[in-house]
Amino acid sequence: MNDIRKIERDVNMANTKISARSVDVFYGETHAIRNVSVDIADRTVTAFIGPSGCGKSTFLRCLNRMNDTIETCRVTGDIELDGRDINARSVDAVQLRAQVGMVFQKPNPFPKSIYDNVAYGPKIHGMARNKAELDEIVEKALRRGAIWDEVKDRLHAPGTGLSGGQQQRLCIARAVATEPEVLLMDEPCSALDPIATAQVEELIDELRQDYAVVIVTHSMQQAARVSQKTAFFHLGDLVEYDDTDRIFTNPRDQRTESYITGRIG
Amino acid sequence: MTGFAFLLLLMAAILGYMLNRYAAQSVRAGGGRFHSLTGYHGMFSALLVLVPVLTIILAWLVLQGPLIDRMVMGGLPQGALQGLDTGGRQLVLAEIKSIAGGRVFGTPEDWKLAAADRLVALRETSGWLLVVVVAVLGLSIIAFARSRVSAGFRARQGVERIVSGLMIFCSTVAVFTTVGIILSLTFETYRFFQAVPVSEFLFGTNWEPQIPIRADQIAAEGAFGWLPVILGTMVITVVALVVAIPIGLLSAIYLNEFAPGRVRSVVKPVLEILAGVPTVVYGFFAILVVAPAIRSFGATIDIDVAPNTALAAGGVMGIMLIPFISSFADDALSAVPQAMRDGSLGLGATRGEMMTTVLFPAALPGIVGGILLAVSRAIGETMIVVMAAGLMARMTINPLDSVTTVTVQIVTLLIGDTSFDNPKTLAAFALGMMLFLVTLVINIFALRIVRKYREAYD
Ligand SMILES: Nc1ncnc2c1ncn2[C@@H]1O[C@H](COP(=O)(O)OP(=O)(O)OP(=O)(O)O)[C@@H](O)[C@H]1O
Ligand SMILES: [Mg+2]
Repeated sequence: MNDIRKIERDVNMANTKISARSVDVFYGETHAIRNVSVDIADRTVTAFIGPSGCGKSTFLRCLNRMNDTIETCRVTGDIELDGRDINARSVDAVQLRAQVGMVFQKPNPFPKSIYDNVAYGPKIHGMARNKAELDEIVEKALRRGAIWDEVKDRLHAPGTGLSGGQQQRLCIARAVATEPEVLLMDEPCSALDPIATAQVEELIDELRQDYAVVIVTHSMQQAARVSQKTAFFHLGDLVEYDDTDRIFTNPRDQRTESYITGRIG
Repeated sequence: MTGFAFLLLLMAAILGYMLNRYAAQSVRAGGGRFHSLTGYHGMFSALLVLVPVLTIILAWLVLQGPLIDRMVMGGLPQGALQGLDTGGRQLVLAEIKSIAGGRVFGTPEDWKLAAADRLVALRETSGWLLVVVVAVLGLSIIAFARSRVSAGFRARQGVERIVSGLMIFCSTVAVFTTVGIILSLTFETYRFFQAVPVSEFLFGTNWEPQIPIRADQIAAEGAFGWLPVILGTMVITVVALVVAIPIGLLSAIYLNEFAPGRVRSVVKPVLEILAGVPTVVYGFFAILVVAPAIRSFGATIDIDVAPNTALAAGGVMGIMLIPFISSFADDALSAVPQAMRDGSLGLGATRGEMMTTVLFPAALPGIVGGILLAVSRAIGETMIVVMAAGLMARMTINPLDSVTTVTVQIVTLLIGDTSFDNPKTLAAFALGMMLFLVTLVINIFALRIVRKYREAYD
């Protein structure tokens, strides 16, 4: 009995893709994230939930060092990807971001053709040796982004000409195209209709076979549907982090319960 | 008198404002929902008075002068103007005017004194008439505006209509000025081409705009081939752009994307100061510093350099153009949304890759706009080249040679005592016209190119 437990824990340990310890984030004087520690498992969907302004996006952006690009932003604490400190000098932020892809809260396609949008990452990372390979990568990514059927006849039309929901799926395809190991998604479905949402959720479920996926969402149902782990943030604190089932059926903290039942937020 | 008319108008506008506002307030106090705020009712009255009456005053001031002159000249005694041509009549009128102004030279004829009195009297009458017209018109408009005040009256839209009329007027002023300038250029150019054949001007490779002033003077026939002149302009422009575009663009990119906030806050204002240096200062910088430096450097490596080189003038002009290009490019780059940058960096692009693949294409229209402005400035720039470029027109593209430019030639053609019906003077208009056309064509081309390659974000 005891042995089995030990083995299970070992597997869990080996499974940890990202491990954050005592992370604090400041925007100038504002303390946006306070002492957050989280282990994000590989091949798992982790949902971040919490009221608006509680720091979900901020914490997500720590995981691929996007906060480096904000001059006023300061991050302290340890974040390890596969056991390697991502803030170490030896780690190249550019390389890291190719490994840890990101889909932003607002759809932000480049003002280029749909094809060039998706081919952007593969091109700068030299993933294709010729045009045919690139075509293949683009098609695969667009299919995974559940948008291929809608755009296959106009791959060379500008990506900005798509509807909001299509743009968001294009951005997902663009992020997937670089074959990241971790995919960070900041409210990927906030601009999508129920059908596209279902498609994206299906995609997330599929991505879980190979990647660690972290998704920020305001929809409890979505968190419950797609994620295995859920973290609840409140005012910069990580209040509770546990299996999704447990968070939604039997939360430990009073604040979590209030939030998921709709009393705060 | 005119001052009084303006004062009256101002008072009428204020009065109209107060009256309407007050009326609106009292209607409102009586209860009922108002369509417009009371201030709008006031504004409506004030604008309704201001716009038409101001127009009338201005038109009056423009027209009264010529009209009074005619009446005075018409009222002169029979025979006073006998045997005088237009110039002579003008002289008489000028004398009458100066007498009316109290400056009497010698002893003028009696009829001139009488005419001067008449002039003064007419001016007086005109002034009073103006005041009366303003007063009557102002009061009736105030009364009309006052009668419109009611809960349902849409003063808000009324004010907007008047203001938008005003805006239309202002924008047509710019259009008409442009049209006027083009027309006068065209007209004078046409006169030039009556004296000099078009083909000689367009395809001639000789520019020696000397014309005998008197018929018996011995001088060479002038030659008016503009090619060497425009070639000089081109050489200097190219030199200037070769200096300005790389420096301007790279500094904009550095400041926008790579420089820490502190560096940016120092360098940007300094670049803008560069834009404020008067071109005449650049001019003596070019002749006193740059040209001798190039010449002595040429001497050390055994190259013969002219004292006034295109390189010196163009190089200094390039420095003058740096701030244009860099500030336009900087604005265009800053206008690209942060989301674009995030998207690119988030996919693992370096800042440099982000710049070349996303920011630059998105900012292209603004950047090209800055370059275009710089090209127009370079082609039209006068002071630096007058001081630092040569006067002799030569068919050469060697930047170490002395060249002249279109603007320099225009200046030299118009300096000195010349009459306006001489091909030498008219040639200046023809050159101006060509300069205008060249700039226009460059602009049209560049806009085409931008439209083709731009990557619009929204
Ligand atoms: N660039 C910034 N500069 C300064 N403060 C910031 C910046 N970005 C975020 N903040 C602050 O950090 C806190 C957390 O913001 P964050 O965007 O992470 O919230 P969020 O949980 O993602 O909210 P939402 O659900 O509305 O997206 C907020 O108080 C916000 O005001
Ligand atoms: Mg957010």
